[in-house]
Amino acid sequence: MFDANTLALIFVALMGLSILLYAVLDGFDLGVGILLPLDQKDDADTMIASIGPFWDANETWLVLAIGLLLIAFPAAHSYIFKELYLPTAVLLISLVLRGVAFDFRAKAAFSHKPTWNRVFKGGSLIASLSQGYMLGMYVMGFESTLAAYSFSLLSAFGVAAAYSYIGACWLIMKTEGELQVQAVAWAQKSGLICFIGVIAVSLVNPLINPDVYAKWFSSANTLMILPLPLICFALFIFSHIQLKQLPKKNDKGCWRPFVAAVVIFTLCFFGLAFSFFPYIVPNKLTIWETASAPESLSFLLWGTIIVVPVIFSYTAFSYRVFWGKVRELRYH
Amino acid sequence: MLETLMLSRIQFAANISFHILFPTITIALSWFLFYFKLRFDQTSDPVWMRAYRFWVKIFALTFAIGVVTGITMSFQFGTNWPKFMETVGNIAGPLLGYEVLTAFFLEAGFLGIMLFGMNRVSARVHTLATFIVAIGTSLSAFWILALNSWMQTPQGHEMRDGVAFPVDWLAIIFNPSFPYRLSHMLVASGLTAAFLVAGISAYRLLKGDDKKAPKLTLKIALTVAAVLAPVQIFLGDMHGLNTLEHQPQKIAAMEGVWHTEKGAPLLLFAIPDEEQKTNHFEVAIPKMASFILTHDLNGEIKGLNEFEGNHPPVAPVFFAFRIMVGLGMLMFTISWLSRFVLWRKEELPPWLLKSLVAMSFSGWVATLAGWYVTEIGRQPWLVTGILTIKDAATDIAPANVGITLAFYLVLYVVIMVAYLHTIFTMAGRAIEIEEISIDEQVKTLVNMPNKIVEE
Repeated sequence: MFDANTLALIFVALMGLSILLYAVLDGFDLGVGILLPLDQKDDADTMIASIGPFWDANETWLVLAIGLLLIAFPAAHSYIFKELYLPTAVLLISLVLRGVAFDFRAKAAFSHKPTWNRVFKGGSLIASLSQGYMLGMYVMGFESTLAAYSFSLLSAFGVAAAYSYIGACWLIMKTEGELQVQAVAWAQKSGLICFIGVIAVSLVNPLINPDVYAKWFSSANTLMILPLPLICFALFIFSHIQLKQLPKKNDKGCWRPFVAAVVIFTLCFFGLAFSFFPYIVPNKLTIWETASAPESLSFLLWGTIIVVPVIFSYTAFSYRVFWGKVRELRYH
Repeated sequence: MLETLMLSRIQFAANISFHILFPTITIALSWFLFYFKLRFDQTSDPVWMRAYRFWVKIFALTFAIGVVTGITMSFQFGTNWPKFMETVGNIAGPLLGYEVLTAFFLEAGFLGIMLFGMNRVSARVHTLATFIVAIGTSLSAFWILALNSWMQTPQGHEMRDGVAFPVDWLAIIFNPSFPYRLSHMLVASGLTAAFLVAGISAYRLLKGDDKKAPKLTLKIALTVAAVLAPVQIFLGDMHGLNTLEHQPQKIAAMEGVWHTEKGAPLLLFAIPDEEQKTNHFEVAIPKMASFILTHDLNGEIKGLNEFEGNHPPVAPVFFAFRIMVGLGMLMFTISWLSRFVLWRKEELPPWLLKSLVAMSFSGWVATLAGWYVTEIGRQPWLVTGILTIKDAATDIAPANVGITLAFYLVLYVVIMVAYLHTIFTMAGRAIEIEEISIDEQVKTLVNMPNKIVEE
């Protein structure tokens, strides 16, 4: 049906979509985890209840993204995760701890609940930091230099801040009362750090990477791609203004910061994708060099065309079922 | 210092062994839950809802551990076994891809509604969500066992420059050992869940829980176990015959047959000696192994001598096989005995209840033992005839693999302790809840579910 090059393009697009969906969806629930207060207030329960029905499915996008990398670009998967072997292990262990803590905190002996809350918060934070660190190392081409490590550390805090930001925006939308006011304050703080992080990555990336520089600042591309950082900048301003006014009467516009955050995530993602395409390992391996056999990708593509729209529709259904302000989470 | 290959093997074995424990429960427990919910919809008898609510929480906990421990797998294929994907990625990739797309999303997508949506959707939609989650868990078993079976008995591909390319996907999926392995695993899951439900219900009864729900779930679980145990013995036998045909060296190791012989005895116990190529302390039934495997008392069984340098280590396969079969027989005996007593007397004596509590996690041990038989029995191959374990290994520094292995092991011990502790805590909490009262009649229950004390 498609030739090998087209298939590689289709699958890198699918993988990109999964990574973006993962960053947005697990981003908000990791963010809620990072923001979890440890002082035995009911707020913690409400916050967890807001992500309870979704976190499992959100994490599945990571499995799909990594799965697609493994399936469609196996050489790149092996290269990237061998370079990132230890940070990956830290990520996995923190994701495991956080996932089990989610269930243990509600089901284990009551006296253990504060401990599991801590594990949930710590696991969410470390998972976010390690994802940011891995992104930083990826952007820096896995160099073992002080500059690369410093940049990756910066990126680690940037991603943790970005997740806190989208998590706080999620809470503004899903909660009310004191917690909502608190969430607005969280969104303001983490939004600012996130903004600084985005600026820093946007400056450092082209400066250290001549190919990226050429792509962004060659005259033909510049005009086409210019709206991207501009819209991103405008959205941060918009979000900043909105947050100052929230919460409003009748809870008007409580969804605006979240939508702004989703669009910011999307634009940042496209910015990065634009910088590196068609490389899947920066400056080393392209998608064409690493793609699997066309007969394998075609076989998987058929299923994908049928299944992915179905996944979208039942995911949408699930979000609709739990639409609106969060209620107490009960197994009935 | 152990080398990278050995550490990678231990790490992968630790990860996959720990992970599989939880899906083994949830694959079948989801069908138990669907049955409870369906019966509630049909009869409106609150006892079904009680059973559902108690077990759905254990399901949620088990499912969550299964999901998060499974994520590690998708990273390790590339990090620790790079040559695996390079050589057979064209086959393994799409099978794994279909597992994620058709099974993982299905389960995770409807899990939220199943667990927390009962008040937000109609009873019918909620039962449907429970059903879809059950379908999803079984589908994931379908795909992963298709891949595993293909690694054991590959077909439907062709090799070009040392890389496997797919030729016939149906032949790849429905490879010779797949139907046996899939049914053996699904029934293993059924037995594991049945003994867990029976064991925890027995625990509640022993601790003085006098409500209807644990008695009902005990009865259902024992019925399921009594039906599945003989089915499993039959399937195991079929699976063994299939292995004899396709992987005779595995059978030779399982039976401890060092030299090809006619009328081979069935070894109940022995200590295989890899160096002297013989067994010590044999306890045997003459000619029985030949009879079981060839249905002829004097049938010939190929010995390990025919597969010199190309057969698995004997002792682990030999012992794991005996643990699995021994537990299978024990499960058969105890399920039939308990079900029979329950049929005659309507309740079980304390010693039988205690035995069932002791057997709560027997399915785990039997399942792991069975997996060790088949996976160690595949050695030295990773993919039979195509790729050996040694050639697939990574070049990561052994110290790095050592560190991550140590982390994983600590993590698994912590989770296991917390898991077992939590399950019995939940059972203890359920005991203290009062029985459904008369005024808490069916209609009230349906209309105002929030008023019901949570079980």
